[in-house]
Amino acid sequence: MSLAKEQRIVLNNYDKINPASIDEYIAQGGYQALKKALTMSSAAIIDELKASGLRGRGGAGFPTWLKWSFTAPIEADQKYIVCNADEGEPGTYKDRLIMDKDPYRLIEALTIAGYTLGATKGYIYVRGEYPQSQQSLNTAITGTKAAGMMGKNILGSGFDFDLEVFSGAFAFVCGEETAIIESIEGKRGEPRIRPPYPGTVGLWGKPTVINNVETLANIPAILNNGGKWFASIGAVKYPGTKIMTLSGDVVNKTFVEVPTDTTLYDIIYGFGGGVTGGDFLAVQVGGNSGGVLPESLLNTPIDFDSMMAAGGSLGTGAVFVINDKRDLLDVVKNMAHFFTEESCGKCTPCREGCQRLYDFMVKVCDGKATVKDLKIANGLARVMNKSALCGLGQAAPTPVQTAIKFFGNKFEEKLLQNS
Amino acid sequence: METVTAVIDGCKVEVAKGTTILDAAKTVGIKIPTLCYHPDQSIKANCRICVVEVEGVQLLQAACATAVGKDMVIKTNTMAVREARKTVLELILAHHPQDCLQCIRNQNCELQTLAHEYNVRENRFEHIDENLLLDLTSPGVHRDPNKCIKCGRCIEVCERVQTAAVYSKYNRGFKVGVAPVLNLGLGEVACINCGQCVHACPVGAIYENDQHEQVWDAICDPKKHVVCQMAPAIRVALAEEFGLNAGELEMGKIVAALRQIGFDKVFHTNFTADLTIIEEGNELLHRINNGGKLPMITSCSPGWIKYCEHFYPDFLDNLSTCKSPQQMFGALVKTYYAEKASIDPADIYSVSFMPCTAKKFECIRPEMNSSGYQDVDVVLTTRELARMIREAGIDIVNIAPEDFDAPMGMYTGAAVIFGATGGVMEAALRTVYEVVTGKTLQDINFTAVRGMEGIKEATVDLDGLEVKVAVAHTTGNARKLLDAIRAGEKFYHFIEVMACPGGCIGGGGQPYGTTNEIRQKRIDAIYDEDAGLPIRKSHENPAITQLYEEFLKEPLGHKSHELLHTHYTKRSLYPFSKEEK
Repeated sequence: MSLAKEQRIVLNNYDKINPASIDEYIAQGGYQALKKALTMSSAAIIDELKASGLRGRGGAGFPTWLKWSFTAPIEADQKYIVCNADEGEPGTYKDRLIMDKDPYRLIEALTIAGYTLGATKGYIYVRGEYPQSQQSLNTAITGTKAAGMMGKNILGSGFDFDLEVFSGAFAFVCGEETAIIESIEGKRGEPRIRPPYPGTVGLWGKPTVINNVETLANIPAILNNGGKWFASIGAVKYPGTKIMTLSGDVVNKTFVEVPTDTTLYDIIYGFGGGVTGGDFLAVQVGGNSGGVLPESLLNTPIDFDSMMAAGGSLGTGAVFVINDKRDLLDVVKNMAHFFTEESCGKCTPCREGCQRLYDFMVKVCDGKATVKDLKIANGLARVMNKSALCGLGQAAPTPVQTAIKFFGNKFEEKLLQNS
Repeated sequence: METVTAVIDGCKVEVAKGTTILDAAKTVGIKIPTLCYHPDQSIKANCRICVVEVEGVQLLQAACATAVGKDMVIKTNTMAVREARKTVLELILAHHPQDCLQCIRNQNCELQTLAHEYNVRENRFEHIDENLLLDLTSPGVHRDPNKCIKCGRCIEVCERVQTAAVYSKYNRGFKVGVAPVLNLGLGEVACINCGQCVHACPVGAIYENDQHEQVWDAICDPKKHVVCQMAPAIRVALAEEFGLNAGELEMGKIVAALRQIGFDKVFHTNFTADLTIIEEGNELLHRINNGGKLPMITSCSPGWIKYCEHFYPDFLDNLSTCKSPQQMFGALVKTYYAEKASIDPADIYSVSFMPCTAKKFECIRPEMNSSGYQDVDVVLTTRELARMIREAGIDIVNIAPEDFDAPMGMYTGAAVIFGATGGVMEAALRTVYEVVTGKTLQDINFTAVRGMEGIKEATVDLDGLEVKVAVAHTTGNARKLLDAIRAGEKFYHFIEVMACPGGCIGGGGQPYGTTNEIRQKRIDAIYDEDAGLPIRKSHENPAITQLYEEFLKEPLGHKSHELLHTHYTKRSLYPFSKEEK
């Protein structure tokens, strides 16, 4: 079997340049895209993004051009671009790679975004656990300002742009885009109700676009090489590459940037070098909110739609491999516990439901759960999927749900028989 | 008006663009359950009990937060909706004490009502009790955090309406709670005891410090001479506790009920409301004529006083030195009345019925003992009064009315309107105008200072002296006014501030679940009562004239200063130090 090859777009400069040096970034073609963008109209840039087919890399897969097209035409005294760098999904560190190893790429992308959207101020909301990324970005912001590519009248274009690094405070929910806004405003990080969407009423009530680090990092290459070039890479409906981060019972606990038509099998057995400590049992893809998938789905390409159709999700691109020596139920219990700690507690289904799902898993693991309990857990998970306030609560039951769906026999073995 | 049409449960609706599904459903007689929703607050959409199905949308939508879209097909009674509703309700109930029978909100609780309406007979989820400590630190407002359903309504009213911002959430997930900073008690932070959070709370998590048993003890003590006073805002709202509309309960019936309960004398705070007007009116003229500190700001509302002490201590000299009518009354009962009735003030037990939880704090302020005793022994709210009436088995709706006792039961319409925002100002203007000009007012209704608008302004011509006045209700509006004065943008001679929305009729001690719609009805009832009274100006109250002749001698005189005036204390923000406590 021939394995897929890595293709680096967002990680193109990884370990090739000194991340603190703007000159080295420029020597690799850095800031060409910004220069080009400053000669283009906002609509033309959005058209290029549309041609590229770029969709969000944070987990929701929303077309980037479409998000931008809502905000760009709005007349407002102030608009904002916010970069979501609150990379909280366990097993995920793709954004950190970019911020630590190629911060200027992100800054260039944000400046292009600011220009396209008419946003003169940007924030990079970096999780509190990433002090080194914050430092890397701050160094790069200083370097960009010194090079005259941030601040007033950038490269004589008349466009002003300023960027600020904002540290999160160790809350998983602050990866949710409206919770980021609340947090930057100095409030408790809790998601807002939508509508209004941030694109029209966002940070400080102003139109705000929020994009993930990896999403943004693709933009300079798209402008340099053209949308068509990008669209030709990987899966048709979710083109480009995706950074996948491998952890768990896999030989190479590493990261790869691959075209989006690469299969899970290739990632685990090709780049990952196979399963360690035992045979393959399951893989959780996309972070802790992702599905726990069986071997039969390993031929699924990693793109957003294929993963969705298979009953999982691409999510952030984390690949957490579980071997057959593990007690899967115990692993899933641990996943459920995560959400009892990280639900913000704002809405009832998530606040109460995450705890109840965890309690259910404890009961299962203790051999005390009944068939009725299983039915109740399934019903609860359904309600959470459909009625929680934000994506966190809607996705929180996924590990338990997919475990029940794909590994139902493991549950049945543990359920009290005469129940 | 732009409208949209949609179909809800098969019924066609046409509503103004922007109307929520919740409101649109009401127009076709469909009630969608709510818990975090409050008619006077912003949309929170966090309880998720109001979710409905919208055709073509995968997720269930919160009816309170979703506007009806063009040609939307909405279903409020599908399997998915029923499952979500029931699950949400069971989840909340399983994490809520199961002591409805003992709960202060029994039969008056939004959660209990929903549990009844949705026939929750068993709960699929195991009950979890967190056993959190009750917060009994405040003399006015108590909290049972175990009952909190985290709707956030108390947070909003405290932060946005009162701008005291005492409450915030702590923890995450299942253990999330609502409490003052650092989980301190309400008595340990800059809480003003206004009790608006009590009205905001849909369940029994926030309630008054119920002291009505103490009053039963006093009444049953043969050595005690138990007297009571009652604020003007009580009558209009007490009616609601007994199934009547605001204001429908005759004053005489309440008097009769209080006698039947066992009070030795039944007086009215209105008597000292009239007295307040005389003292405060004279204080205002004194300040204007002698270059005193202006604007002068009213001091009747103890929630407002504590707010000023915490948040605007630089305005303490602007506060009228007059005690509130309750405290003037308290001081006079144990001096003037005791003397007149030849009763040892040590034997007098003075009870005050107030629409207010902050009054419970006011009566125990250390300076409120100018009679030599604690002037007012205990303050009970409208709700506690209703409890006593019920416990005593009194059929208040059908009881034969009786009159107040003399002399401290005599009052004018000016005193009655103290209960509504703008009332103290109007009462003062009625008197000050006539005192200054020597003329009789043509029209005694100063309508410019009436109503639910947050800040009202007027200029009154007192024979060439243009007096600028302003009225603010809620401390949030007081904040706006004081900020404008501080910034030099506004100047006034006289300002009335009431801490609660609508004034005392909207106080934290009024029947549970008071909303702005209810407040308006009470205000209307208050002005009806004023209009129907024979005497409507405080300076025409003959009992007040008699009080000055027999006892006080003159307004702002020596005795007044001793008994009727007070001072204020600068308080820090939170958490305030042990010494201040």
